[in-house]
Amino acid sequence: MSDLTIGVLGLQGAVEEHVKQVESLGIHAIIVKRPSQLNEIDGLIFPGGESTTMRKLINQYGFFEPLIQFSKEQKPIFGTCAGMVLLAKELEGSEVVHLGLMDIVVKRNAFGRQRESFEADLEVAGFDSPFHAVFIRAPYIKKVGGGVEVLAEVDGHIVAARQGHLLTTAFHPELTEDSRFLELFVEMVKESKTKTFQKA
Amino acid sequence: MEKLVGTDKVKRGMAQMQKGGVIMDVVNAEQAKIAEAAGAVAVMALERVPSDIRAAGGVARMANPRVIEEVMNAVSIPVMAKARIGHIVEARVLEAMGVDYIDESEVLTPADDEFHILKSEFTVPFVCGCRDLGEAARRIGEGAAMLRTKGEPGTGNIVEAVRHIRKVNAQVRKVVNMNDDELMTEAKNLGAPFEVLKQIKEAGRLPVVNFAAGGVATPADAALMMELGADGVFVGSGIFKSETPEKFASAIVQATTYYQDYDLIAKLSKDLGTPMKGIEISTLAAEERMQERGW
Repeated sequence: MSDLTIGVLGLQGAVEEHVKQVESLGIHAIIVKRPSQLNEIDGLIFPGGESTTMRKLINQYGFFEPLIQFSKEQKPIFGTCAGMVLLAKELEGSEVVHLGLMDIVVKRNAFGRQRESFEADLEVAGFDSPFHAVFIRAPYIKKVGGGVEVLAEVDGHIVAARQGHLLTTAFHPELTEDSRFLELFVEMVKESKTKTFQKA
Repeated sequence: MEKLVGTDKVKRGMAQMQKGGVIMDVVNAEQAKIAEAAGAVAVMALERVPSDIRAAGGVARMANPRVIEEVMNAVSIPVMAKARIGHIVEARVLEAMGVDYIDESEVLTPADDEFHILKSEFTVPFVCGCRDLGEAARRIGEGAAMLRTKGEPGTGNIVEAVRHIRKVNAQVRKVVNMNDDELMTEAKNLGAPFEVLKQIKEAGRLPVVNFAAGGVATPADAALMMELGADGVFVGSGIFKSETPEKFASAIVQATTYYQDYDLIAKLSKDLGTPMKGIEISTLAAEERMQERGW
Protein backbone atom coordinates (compact mmCIF):
# COMPACT_ATOMS: atom_id res chain seq x y z
CA MET A 1 0.00 0.00 0.00
CA SER A 2 1.45 3.36 -1.00
CA ASP A 3 0.91 6.54 1.00
CA LEU A 4 -0.81 8.26 -1.92
CA THR A 5 -4.44 9.29 -1.87
CA ILE A 6 -6.27 9.87 -5.12
CA GLY A 7 -9.63 11.65 -5.16
CA VAL A 8 -12.44 11.14 -7.66
CA LEU A 9 -14.72 14.14 -8.10
CA GLY A 10 -18.02 12.69 -6.85
CA LEU A 11 -20.64 15.11 -8.14
CA GLN A 12 -22.03 12.84 -10.85
CA GLY A 13 -20.94 10.14 -13.29
CA ALA A 14 -18.84 6.97 -13.30
CA VAL A 15 -17.29 7.68 -9.88
CA GLU A 16 -17.35 4.17 -8.45
CA GLU A 17 -15.65 2.74 -11.57
CA HIS A 18 -12.64 5.03 -11.10
CA VAL A 19 -12.49 4.36 -7.36
CA LYS A 20 -12.39 0.61 -8.02
CA GLN A 21 -9.62 0.96 -10.58
CA VAL A 22 -7.53 3.13 -8.24
CA GLU A 23 -8.03 0.64 -5.41
CA SER A 24 -7.08 -2.25 -7.70
CA LEU A 25 -3.59 -0.70 -7.84
CA GLY A 26 -3.42 -0.78 -4.04
CA ILE A 27 -3.86 2.99 -3.78
CA HIS A 28 -6.21 4.73 -1.40
CA ALA A 29 -9.14 6.45 -3.15
CA ILE A 30 -11.71 8.88 -1.81
CA ILE A 31 -14.86 10.35 -3.34
CA VAL A 32 -14.61 14.13 -3.29
CA LYS A 33 -17.95 15.80 -2.63
CA ARG A 34 -16.75 18.90 -0.76
CA PRO A 35 -13.94 21.35 -1.65
CA SER A 36 -12.28 20.84 1.76
CA GLN A 37 -11.51 17.24 0.75
CA LEU A 38 -9.09 18.54 -1.90
CA ASN A 39 -6.61 19.07 0.96
CA GLU A 40 -6.61 15.34 1.68
CA ILE A 41 -5.59 14.17 -1.79
CA ASP A 42 -2.45 14.09 -3.93
CA GLY A 43 -4.19 13.84 -7.30
CA LEU A 44 -7.74 14.23 -8.64
CA ILE A 45 -9.73 12.40 -11.31
CA PHE A 46 -12.65 14.03 -13.14
CA PRO A 47 -14.83 11.05 -14.09
CA GLY A 48 -16.97 10.58 -17.17
CA GLY A 49 -20.50 11.88 -16.88
CA GLU A 50 -22.33 14.99 -17.99
CA SER A 51 -20.07 18.04 -17.99
CA THR A 52 -23.01 20.49 -17.75
CA THR A 53 -24.29 18.74 -14.61
CA MET A 54 -20.85 18.66 -13.00
CA ARG A 55 -20.19 22.31 -13.83
CA LYS A 56 -23.51 23.33 -12.30
CA LEU A 57 -22.59 21.56 -9.05
CA ILE A 58 -18.99 22.86 -9.16
CA ASN A 59 -20.43 26.37 -9.00
CA GLN A 60 -23.16 25.63 -6.47
CA TYR A 61 -20.84 23.90 -4.01
CA GLY A 62 -17.87 26.30 -4.17
CA PHE A 63 -15.51 24.02 -6.10
CA PHE A 64 -14.46 26.46 -8.80
CA GLU A 65 -11.67 28.44 -7.10
CA PRO A 66 -10.37 25.51 -5.03
CA LEU A 67 -9.98 23.44 -8.21
CA ILE A 68 -8.04 26.24 -9.93
CA GLN A 69 -5.87 26.48 -6.81
CA PHE A 70 -5.35 22.69 -6.74
CA SER A 71 -4.00 22.88 -10.29
CA LYS A 72 -1.85 25.96 -9.51
CA GLU A 73 -0.11 23.90 -6.85
CA GLN A 74 0.86 21.52 -9.68
CA LYS A 75 -1.18 18.72 -8.20
CA PRO A 76 -2.08 16.28 -10.99
CA ILE A 77 -5.57 16.11 -12.50
CA PHE A 78 -6.80 13.36 -14.84
CA GLY A 79 -9.90 14.27 -16.85
CA THR A 80 -11.77 11.50 -18.66
CA CYS A 81 -14.41 12.35 -21.30
CA ALA A 82 -16.56 14.96 -19.48
CA GLY A 83 -13.37 15.67 -17.53
CA MET A 84 -11.65 16.69 -20.79
CA VAL A 85 -14.47 19.17 -21.40
CA LEU A 86 -14.04 20.58 -17.89
CA LEU A 87 -10.26 21.00 -18.34
CA ALA A 88 -10.32 22.68 -21.77
CA LYS A 89 -9.47 26.35 -22.17
CA GLU A 90 -11.89 26.55 -25.10
CA LEU A 91 -14.92 24.60 -26.30
CA GLU A 92 -15.56 24.75 -30.01
CA GLY A 93 -18.74 26.56 -31.00
CA SER A 94 -19.43 27.71 -27.45
CA GLU A 95 -18.87 30.77 -25.31
CA VAL A 96 -18.73 28.54 -22.26
CA VAL A 97 -15.38 27.71 -20.67
CA HIS A 98 -15.33 25.55 -17.57
CA LEU A 99 -12.04 25.40 -15.64
CA GLY A 100 -9.86 26.43 -18.58
CA LEU A 101 -6.79 24.73 -17.12
CA MET A 102 -5.41 22.92 -20.14
CA ASP A 103 -4.27 24.50 -23.38
CA ILE A 104 -6.59 22.50 -25.62
CA VAL A 105 -9.60 23.34 -27.81
CA VAL A 106 -12.21 20.63 -27.37
CA LYS A 107 -15.19 19.69 -29.49
CA ARG A 108 -18.02 18.13 -27.49
CA ASN A 109 -19.93 15.03 -28.69
CA ALA A 110 -17.44 15.15 -31.54
CA PHE A 111 -17.99 11.65 -32.93
CA GLY A 112 -21.80 12.01 -32.97
CA ARG A 113 -24.66 10.83 -30.84
CA GLN A 114 -24.87 7.63 -28.78
CA ARG A 115 -25.44 5.35 -31.79
CA GLU A 116 -21.99 6.45 -33.03
CA SER A 117 -20.32 5.57 -29.70
CA PHE A 118 -17.64 2.93 -30.25
CA GLU A 119 -14.79 0.76 -29.03
CA ALA A 120 -11.41 0.74 -30.78
CA ASP A 121 -7.77 -0.28 -30.31
CA LEU A 122 -5.52 2.76 -30.03
CA GLU A 123 -1.82 3.24 -30.54
CA VAL A 124 -0.68 5.25 -27.53
CA ALA A 125 2.67 7.06 -27.29
CA GLY A 126 4.79 5.24 -24.72
CA PHE A 127 2.64 2.06 -24.60
CA ASP A 128 4.15 -1.02 -26.21
CA SER A 129 0.82 -2.53 -27.26
CA PRO A 130 -2.56 -1.07 -28.32
CA PHE A 131 -4.98 0.23 -25.69
CA HIS A 132 -8.59 -0.90 -26.03
CA ALA A 133 -10.66 2.26 -25.56
CA VAL A 134 -14.39 2.87 -25.04
CA PHE A 135 -15.75 6.14 -26.48
CA ILE A 136 -19.20 7.27 -25.35
CA ARG A 137 -20.61 10.44 -26.93
CA ALA A 138 -16.96 11.39 -26.70
CA PRO A 139 -15.27 14.72 -27.31
CA TYR A 140 -11.97 15.13 -29.11
CA ILE A 141 -9.22 17.73 -29.06
CA LYS A 142 -9.25 20.01 -32.10
CA LYS A 143 -6.14 21.99 -31.29
CA VAL A 144 -3.37 21.88 -28.73
CA GLY A 145 -1.11 24.67 -27.51
CA GLY A 146 2.65 24.45 -27.01
CA GLY A 147 3.65 22.18 -24.16
CA VAL A 148 0.80 19.75 -24.78
CA GLU A 149 1.99 16.28 -25.64
CA VAL A 150 -0.36 14.29 -27.90
CA LEU A 151 -0.66 10.68 -26.71
CA ALA A 152 -3.26 9.12 -29.03
CA GLU A 153 -5.43 9.84 -32.05
CA VAL A 154 -8.51 8.39 -33.76
CA ASP A 155 -8.78 9.12 -37.49
CA GLY A 156 -6.47 12.10 -37.08
CA HIS A 157 -8.33 13.50 -34.07
CA ILE A 158 -6.54 13.82 -30.74
CA VAL A 159 -8.13 11.69 -28.01
CA ALA A 160 -5.44 11.61 -25.30
CA ALA A 161 -2.95 14.26 -24.22
CA ARG A 162 -0.76 15.46 -21.39
CA GLN A 163 0.34 18.93 -20.35
CA GLY A 164 2.65 18.85 -17.34
CA HIS A 165 0.54 17.79 -14.38
CA LEU A 166 -2.66 17.47 -16.46
CA LEU A 167 -3.68 14.25 -18.24
CA THR A 168 -6.80 13.77 -20.33
CA THR A 169 -8.55 11.12 -22.40
CA ALA A 170 -11.69 11.41 -24.53
CA PHE A 171 -12.44 7.75 -23.76
CA HIS A 172 -13.14 5.83 -20.56
CA PRO A 173 -10.16 3.90 -19.17
CA GLU A 174 -12.31 3.15 -16.10
CA LEU A 175 -14.58 0.90 -18.18
CA THR A 176 -11.85 -1.57 -19.16
CA GLU A 177 -9.47 -3.77 -17.18
CA ASP A 178 -6.39 -2.14 -18.71
CA SER A 179 -5.05 0.25 -16.08
CA ARG A 180 -2.09 1.68 -18.01
CA PHE A 181 -3.53 5.21 -18.23
CA LEU A 182 -4.24 5.20 -14.52
CA GLU A 183 -0.71 3.90 -13.86
CA LEU A 184 0.66 6.78 -15.92
CA PHE A 185 -1.40 9.17 -13.81
CA VAL A 186 -0.21 7.55 -10.60
CA GLU A 187 3.40 8.12 -11.75
CA MET A 188 2.55 11.80 -12.29
CA VAL A 189 1.08 11.97 -8.78
CA LYS A 190 4.14 10.31 -7.26
CA GLU A 191 6.45 12.71 -9.08
CA SER A 192 4.45 15.72 -7.96
CA LYS A 193 4.42 14.53 -4.38
CA THR A 194 8.19 14.00 -4.35
CA LYS A 195 8.72 17.52 -5.72
CA THR A 196 6.43 19.06 -3.10
CA PHE A 197 8.24 17.08 -0.41
CA GLN A 198 11.66 18.27 -1.63
CA LYS A 199 10.47 21.89 -1.65
CA ALA A 200 9.19 21.57 1.90
CA MET B 1 -9.10 2.11 -37.54
CA GLU B 2 -11.83 -0.43 -36.84
CA LYS B 3 -14.65 0.96 -34.71
CA LEU B 4 -17.13 -1.33 -33.00
CA VAL B 5 -20.49 0.37 -32.46
CA GLY B 6 -23.54 -0.81 -30.49
CA THR B 7 -21.55 -3.15 -28.21
CA ASP B 8 -22.79 -4.01 -24.70
CA LYS B 9 -19.87 -1.98 -23.37
CA VAL B 10 -20.86 1.26 -25.10
CA LYS B 11 -24.56 0.74 -24.41
CA ARG B 12 -24.14 -0.06 -20.73
CA GLY B 13 -21.31 2.44 -20.42
CA MET B 14 -23.58 5.25 -21.58
CA ALA B 15 -25.87 4.51 -18.61
CA GLN B 16 -22.85 4.38 -16.28
CA MET B 17 -22.08 7.97 -17.28
CA GLN B 18 -25.57 8.97 -16.11
CA LYS B 19 -25.05 7.65 -12.58
CA GLY B 20 -25.75 9.94 -9.68
CA GLY B 21 -27.86 12.08 -11.98
CA VAL B 22 -31.46 13.01 -12.69
CA ILE B 23 -33.23 12.32 -15.99
CA MET B 24 -36.20 14.60 -16.51
CA ASP B 25 -39.36 14.27 -18.61
CA VAL B 26 -39.88 17.22 -20.96
CA VAL B 27 -42.50 17.97 -23.61
CA ASN B 28 -40.85 20.80 -25.56
CA ALA B 29 -37.59 22.68 -26.17
CA GLU B 30 -38.28 25.25 -23.48
CA GLN B 31 -38.67 22.61 -20.78
CA ALA B 32 -35.59 20.77 -22.09
CA LYS B 33 -33.52 23.93 -21.65
CA ILE B 34 -34.84 24.40 -18.11
CA ALA B 35 -33.90 20.80 -17.31
CA GLU B 36 -30.41 21.17 -18.78
CA ALA B 37 -29.80 24.45 -16.95
CA ALA B 38 -30.86 22.83 -13.69
CA GLY B 39 -28.25 20.09 -14.15
CA ALA B 40 -30.25 17.16 -15.57
CA VAL B 41 -27.98 14.44 -17.01
CA ALA B 42 -30.49 13.70 -19.78
CA VAL B 43 -34.02 14.52 -20.83
CA MET B 44 -36.84 12.20 -21.84
CA ALA B 45 -38.76 13.74 -24.75
CA LEU B 46 -42.47 13.06 -24.52
CA GLU B 47 -45.69 14.42 -25.91
CA ARG B 48 -47.26 14.45 -22.44
CA VAL B 49 -45.88 13.80 -18.96
CA PRO B 50 -47.34 10.69 -17.29
CA SER B 51 -49.88 12.54 -15.15
CA ASP B 52 -51.32 14.11 -18.31
CA ILE B 53 -51.29 10.74 -20.09
CA ARG B 54 -53.28 9.42 -17.15
CA ALA B 55 -55.73 12.34 -17.33
CA ALA B 56 -56.12 12.21 -21.11
CA GLY B 57 -56.82 8.48 -21.30
CA GLY B 58 -56.98 6.79 -24.72
CA VAL B 59 -53.93 5.25 -26.38
CA ALA B 60 -50.54 6.74 -25.50
CA ARG B 61 -47.98 6.37 -28.30
CA MET B 62 -44.42 7.39 -29.17
CA ALA B 63 -44.14 11.20 -29.21
CA ASN B 64 -44.43 13.09 -32.46
CA PRO B 65 -40.92 13.07 -34.04
CA ARG B 66 -41.23 16.84 -34.38
CA VAL B 67 -41.32 17.20 -30.58
CA ILE B 68 -38.34 14.87 -30.21
CA GLU B 69 -36.37 16.69 -32.88
CA GLU B 70 -37.12 20.04 -31.25
CA VAL B 71 -35.79 18.73 -27.93
CA MET B 72 -32.69 17.21 -29.59
CA ASN B 73 -31.91 20.56 -31.19
CA ALA B 74 -32.41 22.47 -27.95
CA VAL B 75 -29.89 20.73 -25.65
CA SER B 76 -26.41 19.18 -25.69
CA ILE B 77 -27.15 16.57 -23.00
CA PRO B 78 -28.43 13.13 -24.12
CA VAL B 79 -32.04 12.84 -25.27
CA MET B 80 -34.11 9.76 -24.52
CA ALA B 81 -37.56 8.92 -25.89
CA LYS B 82 -40.21 6.31 -25.21
CA ALA B 83 -41.48 3.55 -27.49
CA ARG B 84 -44.46 1.35 -26.68
CA ILE B 85 -43.68 -2.10 -25.26
CA GLY B 86 -43.14 -4.42 -28.21
CA HIS B 87 -43.39 -1.67 -30.83
CA ILE B 88 -40.36 -2.55 -32.93
CA VAL B 89 -41.04 0.16 -35.51
CA GLU B 90 -41.45 3.03 -33.06
CA ALA B 91 -38.09 1.95 -31.64
CA ARG B 92 -36.47 1.78 -35.09
CA VAL B 93 -37.82 5.25 -35.90
CA LEU B 94 -36.34 6.65 -32.68
CA GLU B 95 -33.03 4.96 -33.48
CA ALA B 96 -33.06 6.40 -37.01
CA MET B 97 -33.62 9.88 -35.56
CA GLY B 98 -30.48 9.53 -33.44
CA VAL B 99 -32.18 9.45 -30.04
CA ASP B 100 -29.49 8.52 -27.47
CA TYR B 101 -31.51 6.03 -25.41
CA ILE B 102 -34.91 4.39 -25.93
CA ASP B 103 -37.25 3.67 -23.04
CA GLU B 104 -39.46 0.68 -23.84
CA SER B 105 -42.02 2.01 -21.47
CA GLU B 106 -45.14 0.92 -19.65
CA VAL B 107 -46.14 4.59 -19.44
CA LEU B 108 -47.30 4.22 -23.06
CA THR B 109 -50.04 1.80 -24.07
CA PRO B 110 -48.38 -1.55 -24.89
CA ALA B 111 -48.30 -2.52 -28.56
CA ASP B 112 -47.65 -6.18 -27.76
CA ASP B 113 -49.16 -7.84 -24.69
CA GLU B 114 -46.94 -10.89 -24.90
CA PHE B 115 -43.47 -9.97 -26.15
CA HIS B 116 -40.95 -7.20 -25.61
CA ILE B 117 -38.56 -5.81 -28.24
CA LEU B 118 -35.37 -7.84 -28.84
CA LYS B 119 -33.20 -4.94 -27.81
CA SER B 120 -29.88 -6.68 -28.49
CA GLU B 121 -30.59 -6.24 -32.23
CA PHE B 122 -30.35 -2.44 -31.99
CA THR B 123 -27.35 -0.12 -32.04
CA VAL B 124 -29.08 2.36 -29.74
CA PRO B 125 -29.30 1.31 -26.06
CA PHE B 126 -32.57 0.67 -24.21
CA VAL B 127 -33.81 1.25 -20.69
CA CYS B 128 -36.70 -0.85 -19.36
CA GLY B 129 -38.80 -0.92 -16.21
CA CYS B 130 -38.89 -3.73 -13.66
CA ARG B 131 -40.75 -4.60 -10.47
CA ASP B 132 -38.72 -7.62 -9.46
CA LEU B 133 -35.52 -9.44 -10.38
CA GLY B 134 -37.30 -11.82 -12.78
CA GLU B 135 -38.55 -8.91 -14.86
CA ALA B 136 -35.17 -7.15 -14.58
CA ALA B 137 -33.26 -10.24 -15.72
CA ARG B 138 -35.64 -10.91 -18.62
CA ARG B 139 -35.14 -7.37 -19.87
CA ILE B 140 -31.35 -7.74 -19.56
CA GLY B 141 -31.65 -11.03 -21.41
CA GLU B 142 -33.42 -9.21 -24.25
CA GLY B 143 -30.60 -6.67 -24.36
CA ALA B 144 -31.67 -3.78 -22.09
CA ALA B 145 -28.54 -1.80 -21.16
CA MET B 146 -30.15 0.05 -18.25
CA LEU B 147 -33.01 -0.62 -15.88
CA ARG B 148 -35.33 1.51 -13.86
CA THR B 149 -37.36 0.08 -11.04
CA LYS B 150 -40.97 0.99 -11.72
CA GLY B 151 -43.06 3.20 -9.54
CA GLU B 152 -46.57 4.19 -10.41
CA PRO B 153 -46.00 6.91 -13.03
CA GLY B 154 -47.80 10.22 -12.87
CA THR B 155 -48.99 9.79 -9.29
CA GLY B 156 -46.41 11.79 -7.34
CA ASN B 157 -46.61 8.91 -4.87
CA ILE B 158 -43.29 7.23 -4.05
CA VAL B 159 -44.67 4.09 -2.39
CA GLU B 160 -44.54 1.83 -5.46
CA ALA B 161 -41.01 2.93 -6.40
CA VAL B 162 -39.87 2.13 -2.87
CA ARG B 163 -41.55 -1.26 -2.91
CA HIS B 164 -39.89 -2.26 -6.18
CA ILE B 165 -36.36 -1.04 -5.55
CA ARG B 166 -36.40 -2.81 -2.18
CA LYS B 167 -37.67 -5.96 -3.81
CA VAL B 168 -35.13 -5.98 -6.66
CA ASN B 169 -32.22 -5.24 -4.31
CA ALA B 170 -33.33 -7.90 -1.81
CA GLN B 171 -33.53 -10.45 -4.62
CA VAL B 172 -30.09 -9.41 -5.91
CA ARG B 173 -28.63 -9.87 -2.42
CA LYS B 174 -30.20 -13.30 -2.20
CA VAL B 175 -28.72 -14.39 -5.54
CA VAL B 176 -25.28 -13.04 -4.64
CA ASN B 177 -25.28 -15.11 -1.45
CA MET B 178 -26.56 -18.31 -3.04
CA ASN B 179 -24.52 -21.38 -3.79
CA ASP B 180 -23.93 -22.10 -7.47
CA ASP B 181 -26.03 -25.25 -7.30
CA GLU B 182 -29.05 -23.25 -6.15
CA LEU B 183 -29.04 -20.76 -9.02
CA MET B 184 -30.94 -22.81 -11.61
CA THR B 185 -33.93 -23.32 -9.34
CA GLU B 186 -33.86 -19.64 -8.45
CA ALA B 187 -33.86 -18.85 -12.17
CA LYS B 188 -36.91 -21.08 -12.59
CA ASN B 189 -38.71 -19.50 -9.63
CA LEU B 190 -38.00 -15.94 -10.75
CA GLY B 191 -38.60 -16.56 -14.44
CA ALA B 192 -35.11 -15.19 -14.98
CA PRO B 193 -32.46 -16.28 -17.51
CA PHE B 194 -29.91 -18.46 -15.70
CA GLU B 195 -26.98 -16.71 -17.42
CA VAL B 196 -28.05 -13.31 -16.11
CA LEU B 197 -28.31 -14.63 -12.54
CA LYS B 198 -24.81 -16.08 -12.89
CA GLN B 199 -23.51 -12.67 -13.95
CA ILE B 200 -25.24 -11.05 -10.96
CA LYS B 201 -23.71 -13.55 -8.58
CA GLU B 202 -20.23 -13.04 -10.01
CA ALA B 203 -20.41 -9.24 -10.12
CA GLY B 204 -22.20 -8.88 -6.79
CA ARG B 205 -24.68 -6.52 -8.41
CA LEU B 206 -26.91 -6.09 -11.46
CA PRO B 207 -24.79 -6.05 -14.62
CA VAL B 208 -26.44 -2.79 -15.72
CA VAL B 209 -27.17 0.55 -14.07
CA ASN B 210 -30.49 0.72 -12.25
CA PHE B 211 -32.30 4.02 -11.77
CA ALA B 212 -35.49 4.60 -9.79
CA ALA B 213 -38.59 5.97 -11.48
CA GLY B 214 -42.23 6.71 -10.98
CA GLY B 215 -43.62 8.91 -8.22
CA VAL B 216 -40.62 11.10 -7.38
CA ALA B 217 -42.11 14.51 -6.48
CA THR B 218 -39.71 16.15 -3.98
CA PRO B 219 -35.94 16.41 -3.28
CA ALA B 220 -36.47 14.10 -0.30
CA ASP B 221 -38.12 11.50 -2.58
CA ALA B 222 -35.10 11.56 -4.90
CA ALA B 223 -32.70 11.25 -1.94
CA LEU B 224 -34.75 8.35 -0.58
CA MET B 225 -34.33 6.43 -3.81
CA MET B 226 -30.56 7.00 -3.71
CA GLU B 227 -30.50 5.91 -0.06
CA LEU B 228 -32.25 2.68 -1.09
CA GLY B 229 -29.52 1.97 -3.63
CA ALA B 230 -30.71 3.50 -6.90
CA ASP B 231 -27.90 4.58 -9.25
CA GLY B 232 -29.88 7.71 -10.21
CA VAL B 233 -33.41 8.99 -10.61
CA PHE B 234 -35.97 9.57 -13.35
CA VAL B 235 -38.43 12.37 -12.62
CA GLY B 236 -41.53 12.51 -14.77
CA SER B 237 -44.41 14.71 -13.81
CA GLY B 238 -42.73 15.83 -10.55
CA ILE B 239 -40.89 18.76 -12.12
CA PHE B 240 -43.12 20.40 -14.67
CA LYS B 241 -46.32 19.69 -12.70
CA SER B 242 -44.89 21.46 -9.64
CA GLU B 243 -45.46 25.13 -8.85
CA THR B 244 -41.85 26.16 -9.59
CA PRO B 245 -40.23 23.78 -12.13
CA GLU B 246 -36.81 25.53 -12.21
CA LYS B 247 -36.49 25.33 -8.45
CA PHE B 248 -37.76 21.76 -8.20
CA ALA B 249 -35.43 20.63 -10.99
CA SER B 250 -32.35 22.18 -9.40
CA ALA B 251 -33.24 21.04 -5.87
CA ILE B 252 -33.83 17.45 -7.01
CA VAL B 253 -30.45 17.40 -8.82
CA GLN B 254 -28.65 18.63 -5.69
CA ALA B 255 -30.53 16.26 -3.38
CA THR B 256 -29.56 13.33 -5.63
CA THR B 257 -25.84 14.16 -5.40
CA TYR B 258 -25.91 14.99 -1.68
CA TYR B 259 -28.57 12.47 -0.68
CA GLN B 260 -27.17 11.95 2.81
CA ASP B 261 -26.81 15.65 3.65
CA TYR B 262 -30.07 16.19 5.50
CA ASP B 263 -29.42 19.82 6.50
CA LEU B 264 -28.95 20.56 2.83
CA ILE B 265 -32.13 18.73 1.81
CA ALA B 266 -34.03 20.71 4.45
CA LYS B 267 -32.63 23.95 3.03
CA LEU B 268 -33.38 22.91 -0.55
CA SER B 269 -36.95 22.04 0.35
CA LYS B 270 -37.83 25.31 2.12
CA ASP B 271 -38.76 27.66 -0.69
CA LEU B 272 -39.96 25.33 -3.36
CA GLY B 273 -43.68 26.02 -3.35
CA THR B 274 -46.14 23.21 -3.88
CA PRO B 275 -45.12 19.88 -5.40
CA MET B 276 -47.42 18.10 -7.84
CA LYS B 277 -50.64 17.08 -6.18
CA GLY B 278 -50.34 13.31 -6.25
CA ILE B 279 -52.67 10.34 -6.17
CA GLU B 280 -53.19 7.69 -3.50
CA ILE B 281 -52.48 4.37 -5.24
CA SER B 282 -55.50 2.52 -3.77
CA THR B 283 -57.81 4.98 -5.54
CA LEU B 284 -56.50 3.77 -8.92
CA ALA B 285 -58.48 0.97 -10.54
CA ALA B 286 -56.38 -2.04 -11.51
CA GLU B 287 -56.60 -1.17 -15.21
CA GLU B 288 -55.25 2.32 -14.47
CA ARG B 289 -52.02 0.97 -13.00
CA MET B 290 -49.22 1.30 -15.53
CA GLN B 291 -46.65 -0.67 -13.51
CA GLU B 292 -48.35 -3.97 -14.27
CA ARG B 293 -47.60 -3.61 -17.97
CA GLY B 294 -44.52 -5.68 -18.90
CA TRP B 295 -44.19 -9.45 -19.23
